[in-house]
Amino acid sequence: MSTPIISIRNITKAFPGVKAVDDVSLDIRQNEFFALLGPSGCGKTTLLRMIAGLETPTSGEILLDGQDMVRVPPNKRPINMVFQSYAVFPHMTVAENIAYGLKVTGVPKSEIGPRVEESLATAHLTHLAHRKPDQLSGGQRQRVALARALIKRPKVLLLDEPLSALDAKLRDQMRSELARLQVSVGITFIIVTHDQEEALSMADRIAVMDAGKVQQVAPPDVLYESPATRFVADFIGKVNLYEATVKGRDGDWLVVETNGLGTIALPVEKAHQGNVTIAIRPEKLHVTKHRPETARVMFEGEVTEVSYFGDSSHVMVKTPAGTLLNANIQNVSRRVGCDFDTSDKVWVTMDPEDILVLAS
Amino acid sequence: MSDTTPAAKAVHREKSGDARVAQETTAIVRPAAVSSPARTSRHRDPVGPLEFHRRKWLWAIFGMTIVLLYAPILSLMAFSFNNSKRNIVWQGFTTDYYVRAWNNASLFEAFTNSLTIAIIATVISTVIGATVAVMLWRFRFPFKAPYEGLMALPIVVPEICMGVAMLTFFNTIHWPSGGAWPLNLSAIIIAHVAFCFPFVAIVVRARLAGFNRELEEASRDLGASEWQTFRYVIVPFLKPGLVAGALLAFTLSLDDFVITFFTAGPDAITFPVKIYSMVRFSVTPEVNAASTVLILITVIATIFAVRLQAPSKAVE
Repeated sequence: MSTPIISIRNITKAFPGVKAVDDVSLDIRQNEFFALLGPSGCGKTTLLRMIAGLETPTSGEILLDGQDMVRVPPNKRPINMVFQSYAVFPHMTVAENIAYGLKVTGVPKSEIGPRVEESLATAHLTHLAHRKPDQLSGGQRQRVALARALIKRPKVLLLDEPLSALDAKLRDQMRSELARLQVSVGITFIIVTHDQEEALSMADRIAVMDAGKVQQVAPPDVLYESPATRFVADFIGKVNLYEATVKGRDGDWLVVETNGLGTIALPVEKAHQGNVTIAIRPEKLHVTKHRPETARVMFEGEVTEVSYFGDSSHVMVKTPAGTLLNANIQNVSRRVGCDFDTSDKVWVTMDPEDILVLAS
Repeated sequence: MSDTTPAAKAVHREKSGDARVAQETTAIVRPAAVSSPARTSRHRDPVGPLEFHRRKWLWAIFGMTIVLLYAPILSLMAFSFNNSKRNIVWQGFTTDYYVRAWNNASLFEAFTNSLTIAIIATVISTVIGATVAVMLWRFRFPFKAPYEGLMALPIVVPEICMGVAMLTFFNTIHWPSGGAWPLNLSAIIIAHVAFCFPFVAIVVRARLAGFNRELEEASRDLGASEWQTFRYVIVPFLKPGLVAGALLAFTLSLDDFVITFFTAGPDAITFPVKIYSMVRFSVTPEVNAASTVLILITVIATIFAVRLQAPSKAVE
């Protein structure tokens, strides 16, 4: 593993009455697409602003390539940022905006010209070079903000909710464009987002934050399939959560008594104790009209709700004990609608491997 | 007539709140161009909610405002060409009084004094006012709220009190009232700066309220120092506010009478003070001629300032 480009050590930022960032430590690797994900007010933007130098941490250090950055002003850091509002200078043309970062740092004029030309061409902005920002669309303004930051050849590019101001179609398009861009420029990107899909689809690793603390740092698939905490499981994707108590072990199996789903044996190695939460993703539940031949975990129930989404349908099943199970069924063939109707008697099965045990 | 039907009346009542807007709209429309088609179509169409030019009472208000505002000024300008000493009855066209005003050494001197004072006071109060506005917007410091209140005080303090206070102040500290031109104007310039800069500060402050702080942060992030950020990002953003504030200061200074009257030394006469002393004898067309030139200068300055402001306004 390469050495981290940014090392955040015990960073705390306290505002009057609230700790926005509370003792966070993170390592961000060279050339990584890293996402800070969390609900609004979780401290992710404050953390990003501290990396940029726009906020001063109350305590802790931020190392860039091993050097402490805390006392370095933002204009002296080899880090650039794309702001949420893009912050494109309204009184300058597109070309002047892009040249700004070179002009103020005293790059010779003879060098600025060609570099701006090149940057305009890469960002497909050449034909707009002499336009003012108010004559640009949201997507074009974002490209100006990106080009303006990247022309400085930073070691790290920070992006604060870069896609939130775009409409849905453009957002999807920009997602893959940003991911491609990161690979082609070969520098570290740190993105702040509250949109889990954005983080899951673009990032190499994601830090999930809540209330100023980092809950888990992991690649997207690990985060989704093996969440470390109940918060992460609940925040990322949809999930069925049930309270349970650990009864003991049966060889390799952990036996838990659930609140509503009876006693289940799970192939879990970790020695959980006391109260736990068990979690299962809706798409990992199988719903059938006939009792399956073999299944280790199986519940009988009645369909109470069916929601059709085109590519998939959500089926809510109620067990005789009154427990609700949410299943997500992929509509893989061109049948009309979904197989299930309200009041249907069905069987819900699941693979014990797919059931997660989380400390409560 | 459709104007008198109950429905139309209801529309009138509903729309009366828009009278001000209506005035502005009609002011742009050339009356000659629109009045004739409006008259021919009146029998066919009811008056639409936005057809302000087809409402007679709006025309009346508009006309009255124009007459009250501009008739005195226009007659002043017209009588500057009157070939009579008395200035009451029209005796024939002449430009003699412009020549006389030009050749009237003391009037010319007062005129030059006024322009000099206005230009110097405008430059100083624009710089001070803008600095104060930026300081109040940018920084947090103890007693900020009282400071802000005190800064705006010269706007509300009656001019006569300011004048007397200034007179006493300059006397107490033995400020030199004489000296070579333009040193003899220093007391007036200081007094003018004192009551002009709060206006500049207020205009600039209002402009700053709409500033996106991310622009400042983006500039710093891109490598600019605080000074470069101020110079390349904040000042260009403030330009419309600076121009408006400077124009306000210029006109305030140019026509100030009360404060100037108290602070002017014996040989530092400004244009308004000079006009006042001339009018005490008689209102000659010479006074009219000089006033017309002053109005033209202000109007040209305003047009220039508005032009300067227009492109940066479009950029917002």
